[in-house]
Amino acid sequence: MNILEASGLAKNFGGIKALNGVDLQVGVGELVGMIGPNGSGKTTVFNVITGIYRPDRGTVTLGGKRISGLPQHSISRLGIARTFQNIRLFRNLSAMDNVRAACHPNVRYGPISAVCRSEGFHAGEREIREKAMDLLSLFSLQDRRDDLARNLPYGDQRRLEIARALASEPDLLLLDEPAAGMNATEVGKLMEFILEIRTRYKLAVLLIEHQMRLVMGICERIVVMDFGEVIARGTPREIRNDPRVIEAYLGKDSKDGK
Amino acid sequence: MKALLGLARFMAPFAAAAAAGTVLSSAGAVNMYWVQIFQLACITAVSALGLNVIYGFTGLFSLGHAAFYGIGAYGAALLMKTCGGESQAFFLASLLAGGAGAALVAWLVGLSTLRLTSDYLGIATLGFGIIMKVVFDNADAFLPQLGGARGMTGIPKMTGVAWAVLFLGASLLAARNLVHSSYGRALVAIREDEVAAGAAGIDTFRYKLAGFVVGCFFAGVAGGLYAHLYAFLHPSNFDFFKSVDVLMIVVLGGLGNMSGTLVASFGWIFLLEGLRVALPPDYIELRWVLIPVLLVVTMLRRPQGLFGIREFRFLRDASE
Repeated sequence: MNILEASGLAKNFGGIKALNGVDLQVGVGELVGMIGPNGSGKTTVFNVITGIYRPDRGTVTLGGKRISGLPQHSISRLGIARTFQNIRLFRNLSAMDNVRAACHPNVRYGPISAVCRSEGFHAGEREIREKAMDLLSLFSLQDRRDDLARNLPYGDQRRLEIARALASEPDLLLLDEPAAGMNATEVGKLMEFILEIRTRYKLAVLLIEHQMRLVMGICERIVVMDFGEVIARGTPREIRNDPRVIEAYLGKDSKDGK
Repeated sequence: MKALLGLARFMAPFAAAAAAGTVLSSAGAVNMYWVQIFQLACITAVSALGLNVIYGFTGLFSLGHAAFYGIGAYGAALLMKTCGGESQAFFLASLLAGGAGAALVAWLVGLSTLRLTSDYLGIATLGFGIIMKVVFDNADAFLPQLGGARGMTGIPKMTGVAWAVLFLGASLLAARNLVHSSYGRALVAIREDEVAAGAAGIDTFRYKLAGFVVGCFFAGVAGGLYAHLYAFLHPSNFDFFKSVDVLMIVVLGGLGNMSGTLVASFGWIFLLEGLRVALPPDYIELRWVLIPVLLVVTMLRRPQGLFGIREFRFLRDASE
């Protein structure tokens, strides 16, 4: 069964066809990788799925329910969370508050209750605080909870962004280049980590990545994009040997040796 | 029960100050002129706190704050003048009604303008402020009691030290409790990164509207207090430059910092009036040389505002 189905997605920016009929499926609990050269439309797919862009054509369904055209926050509440290629934390909020802000859609008390500091407020805040602390601990960020996000080291910022994404209790997590800027050891840890959170939170994961070690190492299925279209899909083994993929990355082999 | 205790603890010093101020001023122990200036500072702080919710916490650049202050002022004054008499209870109701009127107009304005961001929103709210100034100027055409360009007279002098101080306390309490809650975090998240806030499930448009409406409610209430302090309203008190005054206070105090807004409000009002006394009569206009110089120097030295991110203890998160 598929949790996410996108069919015939098209998106133009002026004369540029960023997406040109993209079909994509992600199964429940599945880990899918998306690769392709720069500018091939991977992030645009993410932006269309999460509602930042409205597709010009095509539909996206989540668990059978059509979500394309819905506003960003509704899509988030239906169960899709994401991270961004260029980290987008709430920079002047503490690590704790970054996670707590993402707990807001499930807040149990009203604004009047907050202003009056009712019992319900305190109970609700306690719950949010515990949930945020659990997530921060999971990412070994508990000692950094009061540090402003902008003062965290790069690796911690990347992890905090994933923690924030998990705070909205998604069924599908979209990771946009989670390993960007990481060294080999960090990538190794990240791979284990993605597998761990997937099992723990019963998540489906769709990730964009350029580090082939990560994509080939943990993804069950890979989708390859080029020029706004899906040019290949299959298991890591199939993708590695697909001539179209090799062509997209390395160029066409010139037969006459020129 | 715990909530009531917290409320009492927070408001106690303000109640004491209100009582002391009332006794001192009615005994004639302090100069009435300065008592009035003190009240004006409290009122300005209430209005500036509102703008801080809008600009400092939610990140909405509004240049029309004085218009909402004016709506509250004219609204409350009209109610008191036509049917309030000298009733303190009716005065309180009028103030809240003035705030509600400003909030309602803010909601309507916000519905149409809050799709805009940053500078564009600034221009739109600036435009609204200018429209309201014209409305106030010509208000006597539809309601003669409002006085139009000749100014509104016959407003009962209801605002006293007690009202000013208590409303300041209540505003600080409300702002603090709101900011340090999940709702406050949602507002700040929008200021920090609207796209990321939306991706985290926060309905950004709804909360921007809510932040704007709440901030304008503060302005409306403050306007009502102002109207009944001087018992005279003139459209020039609600023009663009008055919006800039409040904006300056908020930026000077530090965006998203309540302590800074409080101190900057008092500093601004007392400096303005203090220089009037301190400077020789022929040189009073030097104020407009000294104050801008001070502003430039402050911004160069403390671009993050007077307080940065530090808050007075009583304005910190009390829930932890």
